[in-house]
Amino acid sequence: MRSEKSNRAPLSLKIAAAGGLTFMHLPILLIFLYAFTTEEKSYQFPPPGLTTQWFGVAWDRPDVWAALALSVKVASIATATALMLGTLCAAAVSQTRFFGRETISLLVILPIALPGIITGIALRSAFSMADIPFSFWTIVLGHATFCIVVVYNNAVARFRRISGSLIEASMDLGADGFQTFRYVILPNIGTALLAGGMLAFALSFDEVIVTTFTAGQQSTLPIWMLEELIRPRQRPVTNVVAMIVVVVTFLPILGAYYLTRDGDQIAGAGK
Amino acid sequence: MTIVAESIILPERRGTAGRLSDFFWRHPRVLLAVLLGPPLLWLGVVYLGSLFALLLQSFFSIDDFSGLINYEFTLATYRQLLSETNLDIIIRTVTMAAVVTLVSALIAFPIAYYAARYARGKWKVLFYLGVMLPLWSSYLVKIYAWKLILAKEGILTWFFEKLNLLWLLDAWLALPVVGGNSLSVSYTGTFIVFVYVWMPFMILPIQAALERVPSNLIEASSDLGGTPAQTFRHVLFPLALPGIVAGSIFTFSLTLGDYIIPQIIGSSRLFIGQAVYAQQGTAGNIPLAAAFTVVPIVIMGIYLWMANRMGAFDAL
Amino acid sequence: MTTAVLFDNVSRYFGAVRAVDRVNLDIAEGEFFAMLGPSGSGKTTCLRLMAGFDQPTGGHIEIFGETAEGVPPYRRSVNTVFQDYALFPHLSILDNVAYGLMVKGAGREERRKAAEDALAMVKLPGYGTRRPGQLSGGQRQRVALARALVNKPKVLLLDEPLGALDLKLREQMQEELKSLQKSLGITFIFVTHDQGEALSMADRIAVFNEGQIQQLGSPEEVYNQPKTRFVADFVGSSNVLSTKLCQRLGLKAAFASLRPEAIVLAAPSNGALSLAGTVAGQSFLGATNRVVVDVDGARIAVASPAAHVVPAIGSPVTISFAARDLHPMEDA
Repeated sequence: MRSEKSNRAPLSLKIAAAGGLTFMHLPILLIFLYAFTTEEKSYQFPPPGLTTQWFGVAWDRPDVWAALALSVKVASIATATALMLGTLCAAAVSQTRFFGRETISLLVILPIALPGIITGIALRSAFSMADIPFSFWTIVLGHATFCIVVVYNNAVARFRRISGSLIEASMDLGADGFQTFRYVILPNIGTALLAGGMLAFALSFDEVIVTTFTAGQQSTLPIWMLEELIRPRQRPVTNVVAMIVVVVTFLPILGAYYLTRDGDQIAGAGK
Repeated sequence: MTIVAESIILPERRGTAGRLSDFFWRHPRVLLAVLLGPPLLWLGVVYLGSLFALLLQSFFSIDDFSGLINYEFTLATYRQLLSETNLDIIIRTVTMAAVVTLVSALIAFPIAYYAARYARGKWKVLFYLGVMLPLWSSYLVKIYAWKLILAKEGILTWFFEKLNLLWLLDAWLALPVVGGNSLSVSYTGTFIVFVYVWMPFMILPIQAALERVPSNLIEASSDLGGTPAQTFRHVLFPLALPGIVAGSIFTFSLTLGDYIIPQIIGSSRLFIGQAVYAQQGTAGNIPLAAAFTVVPIVIMGIYLWMANRMGAFDAL
Repeated sequence: MTTAVLFDNVSRYFGAVRAVDRVNLDIAEGEFFAMLGPSGSGKTTCLRLMAGFDQPTGGHIEIFGETAEGVPPYRRSVNTVFQDYALFPHLSILDNVAYGLMVKGAGREERRKAAEDALAMVKLPGYGTRRPGQLSGGQRQRVALARALVNKPKVLLLDEPLGALDLKLREQMQEELKSLQKSLGITFIFVTHDQGEALSMADRIAVFNEGQIQQLGSPEEVYNQPKTRFVADFVGSSNVLSTKLCQRLGLKAAFASLRPEAIVLAAPSNGALSLAGTVAGQSFLGATNRVVVDVDGARIAVASPAAHVVPAIGSPVTISFAARDLHPMEDA
């Protein structure tokens, strides 16, 4: 329907939109180029030559593997926790009516609405006050806190789409609460939970600010990157790791998009 | 006891699940408590509790000699917060957050507007993913990319050189405040990276708000003789405003609290986030760090309150 | 005769709102019962109380002689056809119909057979593999019916069962529902705001307004002898004659109702009553002309056969009707 005049975008708008999108993507594309550079000591552009040798060097680095393994472990457990808590919360908010329902939504959003440094320092000082030593579990606790919201947002959006009479219909046909959950609610919110879980995983996998406060000696992949940013040791390896991180985070985002595309689209809008 | 076959009331499902299900059905409040209990315990007690404990610390002070925290109620830490150096940090950060938000809105609006009004079918998906992927890309990788770009030997210098415009870059860097030795140690650099990293958060809320504007409203305005500029000013912009405000919650709040971007790309002058980090870490002055965190909390509280009154939360 | 559903002084309040206010009902086994009323009149709340989705604030409910309060919906041998059909979008038509049997633990083969029989009964044989999204509104309605009936309920509740269908389909489904109910012998209780639907299908009708039953009776009673002004208006727009007109006609009642189709535009034949007035307006309704006659300031509607000539507006006219068509009413 491009024939109508009002459906054709003005040229200035097209240029502004295209320019904005280019601004968003070019720096990321540059990361891909730098992963192949032969230059070791500086960020010289254009690269003097191209090579794939740094992929092998990065592959042989145990510190990268250790950081990656820790990040995956933390993200998995934080995601599982967030899935449980976020779903419970979404079920309570959308299926029942109680005083203070709106406050719950605000409470869930708070850990990402407030700057990460506040969440981080609050948890850190609470841990030290309670004499809890920093460990793998303190990282997980911090991550799960801000991951709840992505699961919650996805689940609430889907719950809203399930017509209330579906649950009543199930009960009417003889299914008790647990059967209704298993046969009607779960199949209908399943993909939304999967999408929320993927986004939560991506969020946790990339988190650095809260982690700097809740981690002890352990180093997750973002912490490793941060150290490389402040005190570069082997720039080409950092380039390669950066590129791999970009590729790895794209996957759950694309997955989450395909799981929720019909209907509640803005699945990841509230990162 | 046998059940009468003709009974209209069916027997309870056998086992714990059946009994529990009946129990929950008769006592919906108990079910609600079971559902809400764990998340409330986590967020309401652990998270809010930590936050509250932190705020409480801002009313204590640090002993100058021993470096230990003096657990007595005092406003001394807040007096310290309002000292000239610290006030400077606060003003610098808030100004930066405001400018970043404004420029983000300017860049985000055309993208959101095009996606909401003109993009259809395949293009719409492309736009959506084109926004989502950078939005969700690794925060550190994005900063790293700009370290590559802004480096003296990097692509930007090369680009200016090719265009024979190096004098322009040098003139800009020679300016007071925004300038510096190179882009990567100037406010300009900090500003560009802030905009780059937080701007994508602005697009989807604006798009959501614009998508709620029926297109015949725009047609009605031009039908009534409105020029495109008038239509934008009187119809489109007011309707998109809740989306802009919703998006600005993110850009503003995230800029206020960031300490990594100015640390990696910027001058040595501190932002709130860095001050908090330094106070709790090297200085060990938890009360002052806590008092510093009160600043973004109060600013965001006012901001959220105003946003709520404008109906911005519907666009989230 | 066995009582299927009994409401004894049942109330349901939502805060200050009296959704259902001291309602008494006694629905017999095998009856086709209609609850008729405008939206918000309490009829749907009554249905939900029967299904068990809601609990009464006061009073007592019995289903086949057993106390229903506190019994969850999944333990009542009562099934519902929902207004939006509420078919499970993630299940095939066959699995939708077999759902009730599945949760009760019936075997796969038994379920399949019963579901296919039920689909055949609602004239949708072979539709089992489709998804709800692939069916038309009328077909979904039949699936919803099959899904409820496969459980062999003692009482079937229908919430505005035909509301979402177009006129042609609605008339066809009315016939089918009626014959289905006769052949199964199950008590059908349905909620509707469409008086035509209630009159044509139900054995008895309860007319609801503001949480209370205004009148309960056979379609003929409710239609011909409305007890209150609300019923007279809601069930087919009767004329309500004022006290003054009643006195003039020699009737000892405060108000009386008179159906438009009981009136003729002619001088009275023997024994008929009559009133003189002028024609104030007319409109063509297809089979009839609706003529409004002004009798001393009171407007009386007359349904005149379309074949009859209608006098011009403003011309004097005499209306006449039989005394037995004039029904005294309790209140205005």
